[in-house]
Amino acid sequence: MNPSNPTNPQKPNPATSPLLPVPYSLFPRLTDHRTIGLQYLALALISVTIGTLLSLLMRIHLVWPAWSLPLHGPILPEDYLALVTIHGTIMLFFVLTTAPQAGFGNLILPAQIGARSMAFPLLNAASFWLTALALIILLSSTFVPGGSAISGWTAYPPLSAVASAGPGQALGMDLWLASIALFAIASTASSINTLTTIIKNRCEGMTWDRLPLTVWGWFTAAILSIIAFSVLLAALLMLFCDRHAGTSFFLPAGNLVNGVLRTKGNGTPLLWLHLFWFFGHPEVYIAILPGMGLTSMLLANFSRRRVFAYRTMIITTLMIGFLGILLWGHHMFVAGLNPFASSAFSVTTIAIALPASAKVLSWLATVWRSKPQYTSAMLFSLGFVSLFITGGLTGPILAQPILDEYLHNTLFVVAHFHLIMAMAGIFALFAATYYWFPLITARSGKPGRLMSEPLGRLHFWLTFLGAYATFLPMHLTGLAGEPRHYSQLTGVPGPAGLLSPAGHLLAATLPLNRHITYAAIFLATAQILFFVNLIRSFRHGTFASQNPWQATTLEWHPVLHPNAPVEASETKVVVHRQPCEYLSAPATDSFLPQWIETADTKPE
Amino acid sequence: MSPIPQQAAILYTIPSWLPTDASAHGPALDHHLLLNLWLFLALATLAHLILLIGLIASRTVEPRNLWRVEYLPLAILTILFATLTIKAERLWAAARYTGASPAALQVEVTGMQFAWYFRYPGPDAIFGITRPQLVAPGEGNPLGIDPTDPHSADDTVTSELVLPSNREIDLRLRAQDVIHGFSIPELRLKQNAVPGQTIHIHFTPTTPGTYAILCTQLCGLGHYRMNATLRIVPPDEFATWLAEKQKAAKP
Ligand SMILES: [Cu+2]
Ligand SMILES: [Cu+2]
Repeated sequence: MNPSNPTNPQKPNPATSPLLPVPYSLFPRLTDHRTIGLQYLALALISVTIGTLLSLLMRIHLVWPAWSLPLHGPILPEDYLALVTIHGTIMLFFVLTTAPQAGFGNLILPAQIGARSMAFPLLNAASFWLTALALIILLSSTFVPGGSAISGWTAYPPLSAVASAGPGQALGMDLWLASIALFAIASTASSINTLTTIIKNRCEGMTWDRLPLTVWGWFTAAILSIIAFSVLLAALLMLFCDRHAGTSFFLPAGNLVNGVLRTKGNGTPLLWLHLFWFFGHPEVYIAILPGMGLTSMLLANFSRRRVFAYRTMIITTLMIGFLGILLWGHHMFVAGLNPFASSAFSVTTIAIALPASAKVLSWLATVWRSKPQYTSAMLFSLGFVSLFITGGLTGPILAQPILDEYLHNTLFVVAHFHLIMAMAGIFALFAATYYWFPLITARSGKPGRLMSEPLGRLHFWLTFLGAYATFLPMHLTGLAGEPRHYSQLTGVPGPAGLLSPAGHLLAATLPLNRHITYAAIFLATAQILFFVNLIRSFRHGTFASQNPWQATTLEWHPVLHPNAPVEASETKVVVHRQPCEYLSAPATDSFLPQWIETADTKPE
Repeated sequence: MSPIPQQAAILYTIPSWLPTDASAHGPALDHHLLLNLWLFLALATLAHLILLIGLIASRTVEPRNLWRVEYLPLAILTILFATLTIKAERLWAAARYTGASPAALQVEVTGMQFAWYFRYPGPDAIFGITRPQLVAPGEGNPLGIDPTDPHSADDTVTSELVLPSNREIDLRLRAQDVIHGFSIPELRLKQNAVPGQTIHIHFTPTTPGTYAILCTQLCGLGHYRMNATLRIVPPDEFATWLAEKQKAAKP
């Protein structure tokens, strides 16, 4: 195509020059969006490893309470709750928020819209280093007097607002607040960057209805991030003021915690719940929307099919985002809300099941009788669909206040969100890693590598079985009444010191809990395969061609590819069609990339 | 040699995971819960079957019929979700939209790290004033009841909840320090107790027996052992128990 713009040659091409050019040149390496993406992925990998190990400690303690942790001793109730808190915080924020959005977003998004960089490279680098600092602060809270906070990732006051409320609620809680506040600032900045990049840096021909669904996922998640994280930041500051500045946003007068009496103030903890869940619920869509977009694209790619109902998929993505900020109250059905408000939140929550169902229908239709190619990336995408269905269908159950009255804060809820968020979310990350590995490993002058497919497929099957074996039985222990955050299930004493009815109720879940722990250990162990594959493939993986999956989207474009065989300055990227277009002929090379291939850009 | 065939036996496995049901509103809740569980299990199975058949069957042209593939299933799902929601709303409204009848037995529940206390208002049917300054668990006044208030003289505080069967209970829930979750799985009852607020819930226990009261809202390191015992007894036995408690409390 015509490389220069004949009408106005002076006008800088927004796709090639960043909006903030001056400081960019000072740190060319640290502000490179691909480097930052990889840094985020490394941070998420460290975090997911720590988070998984912590969850194993919890599971082991539950079924073998006498087991003593090397170098630490037996796991005390406060240790267990610190494990719960750090596990939840690290997984939610530092894995499920950063890896899909900031990690793969930075790595892939600019190329996928035909841009050469993110809009604000310096801000991008600052966001990453703030996030890294937030992680260090969070982990450092383990080593302060009293240990890390024990109030869970939701940090409900007054438990989190009063230093005397328990271990970790003094300096540990302050560090938690500081960490999450930094994280919120970094996420907001990073999302502004994502949003600006998508709006300003799209290449010629990349109209809104030609944007890949992954980009729509990143776009919607970025809008949600900006709305949700700014509210969270405000709430964190308010809580900090309640702790140290004598305000009473969340504390009523007459609050008596551990002998410390509060005489003035007229706040209510319910305000925290509103603010927190106004952030907390969109947060789960921030984590899952990019994965939903990626799944659509991969199913289409490996089925050699168009995405079924492409425009509907764009609309449902936006609808999920919009409804996602209207239903936070479903976390508060038994929190002391007006029961009429619960009814209203119940309706908005059920409503989101419809765009979600439309997405599932599209995925089923896309692969229907397509004889897809079962690469590891495709298997993980199919696994995503399966886990999304199984985990998602318990959502409408929990959206009904009368049923939530029984199931709230039981293991049933834990099963629900672990299947849909933790497992489906992680499956999307695995699919992304296997799929984009050639782009992760490619450097200029050095082709990318592929991950081992046999190892990848084995990894998929073990992880898939492990995921269901671990989280399906939790529905049953939840139905049996097992509450969350219980550090002990056997021999729980009653008020009189004798084994109470509560002890009997909890002990009845022990056989299944043993099974869950075995399955969790199996699931975690299977991830060694992933690490082996990752390390091996970095050094010895087979070299990938420039477009190994015959993908249609621009990140595989010969100019935007990290190992570009075509001189970047000479070729202008122009988009001609929607992504995922394929000829109906059954030939293997029937894909139509979003760009038009000229003779010199054809892959070898 | 069981009379239930193998397949039917599997069908009854999940219901057996629910604890016994000892409240008047419980059976309707259980029924709706099981209906939901079976419906969604069927939907999940159906979706997986479609996925599997679609993957196994030979390649064909891509589906284009939006009406049959997208709109019709969505319409069916909308009707299904709407029906379930309306049914659930009716149950919720019956349990929560109105307060207890004036004839209901009044009991107060107070959660504190890490115990539940129960207070009966006595013959005057009015709870005495509590003041957090007066809280002194060591001196037998964990709730901080003000002895100068005339209504407090006949109040009875217990650490075990005893309720008469088949009479409506009007519970007022309070928390002294942090948020606690008042939960009786066997009565299908759960409500958070929030500092600074008094929350009323009402229900009717039916089957006499001994049941577990748990805390289901993370409230600190003793959260897992914050439990109490509920005893549902026949009404006459309850009257005797309450009279004895009140006699013991009077000096
Ligand atoms: Cu509690
Ligand atoms: Cu508790």
